[in-house]
Amino acid sequence: MSKKKSRNLFIGVCVAPALILLILFMVIPTIEVFRMSLYQWGGFSNNQQFVGFNNFKLLWNDMDFIRSFQNSILLIVIVAIFTFVIAVFFAAILSKEKIRGSNFFRVIFYIPNILSIVVIAGIFSAIYDPSNGLLNSIFHLLSLETLQQKWLGNQTIVIYSVAGALVWQAIGYYMVMYMSSMASIPASYYEAASLEGASKMKQFTGITLPLIWNNIRTTLTFFIISTINLSFLLVKAMTGGGPDGSSEVFLFYMYDQAYTNSTYGYGMAIGVVVFIFSFALAAIVNFITKRDVLEY
Amino acid sequence: MKKSNGSQTDTLYKLFIYIALITLAISIIVPVAWVFFASIKQNAEFYGNPWSIPLGFHVENFIEAFQEANMGNYLFNSAVVTVLALAILLIVALPAAYVLSRFSFRGSKMINSFVKVGLFINISYIAVPIFLMLLDWDTVIRTILGEELLLNNRFMLALIYASTALPFTIYLLSSYFQTLPSDFEEAASIDGAGYFKTMFSVMLPMAGPSIIIVILFNFLLFWNEYILALTLMPGENQTLPVGLLNLMAAERAAANYGPMYAGMVIVMLPTLILYIILQKRLTQGMTVGGLKG
Repeated sequence: MSKKKSRNLFIGVCVAPALILLILFMVIPTIEVFRMSLYQWGGFSNNQQFVGFNNFKLLWNDMDFIRSFQNSILLIVIVAIFTFVIAVFFAAILSKEKIRGSNFFRVIFYIPNILSIVVIAGIFSAIYDPSNGLLNSIFHLLSLETLQQKWLGNQTIVIYSVAGALVWQAIGYYMVMYMSSMASIPASYYEAASLEGASKMKQFTGITLPLIWNNIRTTLTFFIISTINLSFLLVKAMTGGGPDGSSEVFLFYMYDQAYTNSTYGYGMAIGVVVFIFSFALAAIVNFITKRDVLEY
Repeated sequence: MKKSNGSQTDTLYKLFIYIALITLAISIIVPVAWVFFASIKQNAEFYGNPWSIPLGFHVENFIEAFQEANMGNYLFNSAVVTVLALAILLIVALPAAYVLSRFSFRGSKMINSFVKVGLFINISYIAVPIFLMLLDWDTVIRTILGEELLLNNRFMLALIYASTALPFTIYLLSSYFQTLPSDFEEAASIDGAGYFKTMFSVMLPMAGPSIIIVILFNFLLFWNEYILALTLMPGENQTLPVGLLNLMAAERAAANYGPMYAGMVIVMLPTLILYIILQKRLTQGMTVGGLKG
């Protein structure tokens, strides 16, 4: 066997299994999402009928979909802002200040990230329980009964309760990401700045933020993609979209229509809209936040 | 000695920092620890003050979770699926990552960008199409063999887990293989080793640390995953998170809380133990991969 031939054989044997699996279980299903969105399929008949963009027209007037859209956007904005501020704050503290037990805090803060979403749903069901939940009982101990709420039973509050759980889950992950990029900023910058008499806040906005800007931009994309995904998983496990559909989010509604309701075509049309929306939003955010990269 | 104004604000600043750190730490430790305490409480204890210390070690919760709620079966299924998926993933991803990062051939650029695009495909979107695809194949199989094979099948779930983890894993391993100097391969080639021998005996052993990170990340991913498991296992062989969902629904309806929290402990204990042992590698590895599902 020639050298060339054995090289090609080697390459083929190594790459082919991965390619086949990727095509079979990633590419084809993704194409199927787009294809099925153009068909009326499911419900009581098993016939696929091509209906063009009719599913998308129906979506336009579907108030449940509009509500899940609003909920998702609200969640993306709240979760991104709170997670970002808290994570950057703690990352700056843990990487720049001499903290006793800093390793302990880093280890603890990351714990929510390793828990299953189902477990997190269980934990927050216990926290939010109206009669003897942890949150309401703390308010009771502090004699702040007016603040007690049906956190998961009140239609206007439930989406913020979901946001709280998502932020709790995400802080540690993003903190570690920011810490790793802050660690590569040379300490001499801060020394020079403090000799010049720059305050800690000034050092943070003048040195830290600009130098980790690229990392921040990457995480903004993550916020969008992972909030859309995790809010679905959490809502499915914790509230089931309730009460009365008021905590439904994008992908929850998609899954509900496609799997629970068996209207596959319609569900996939929702998937296509969410897919395009998340990419467009990520692209817009990426474009707006573009700055010249500072070299150091 | 006179204290200057500056050091006083410094002390206040330090105080503020520690209060913030401790507040966040408490908000994470307390709920998790609370679940552990709740898992050993008797049912009557759930109607009083939620902050009360458990009266005793009510081990019956765990027995009930394992026996009546089938958590033992779910645990076994989860272990089988996770181990199988990790094995398939490593067998498929390691050679692919090695070749894609160190060989250039016709189409190698295209395949590399193909893998990167895969990073953006999310399981939540494609769970239902995968279900329909397996359903279709099952109908064909049933006409031939007379039984359905692919749904409710642990191996199939493991195979699909491995497939969905491929883009991230190949990406992470490739970025490691790229950093290795080509001297090793040249030396192996001079010694007369073929491509396969070079890969198995020279290159793969060097990837040890990366492989551990890959295993750790994907263990958490597979162990905790529930939406694919829920969709593709509508009948039997359900995994632990899905079992926990069932348990939570059932026990809440029956107002029987102890076994529910016992179930939560069963799900999170393995990941917590693993994390405590290997936490340094995990947070380090994250900065290499820097991606999340």
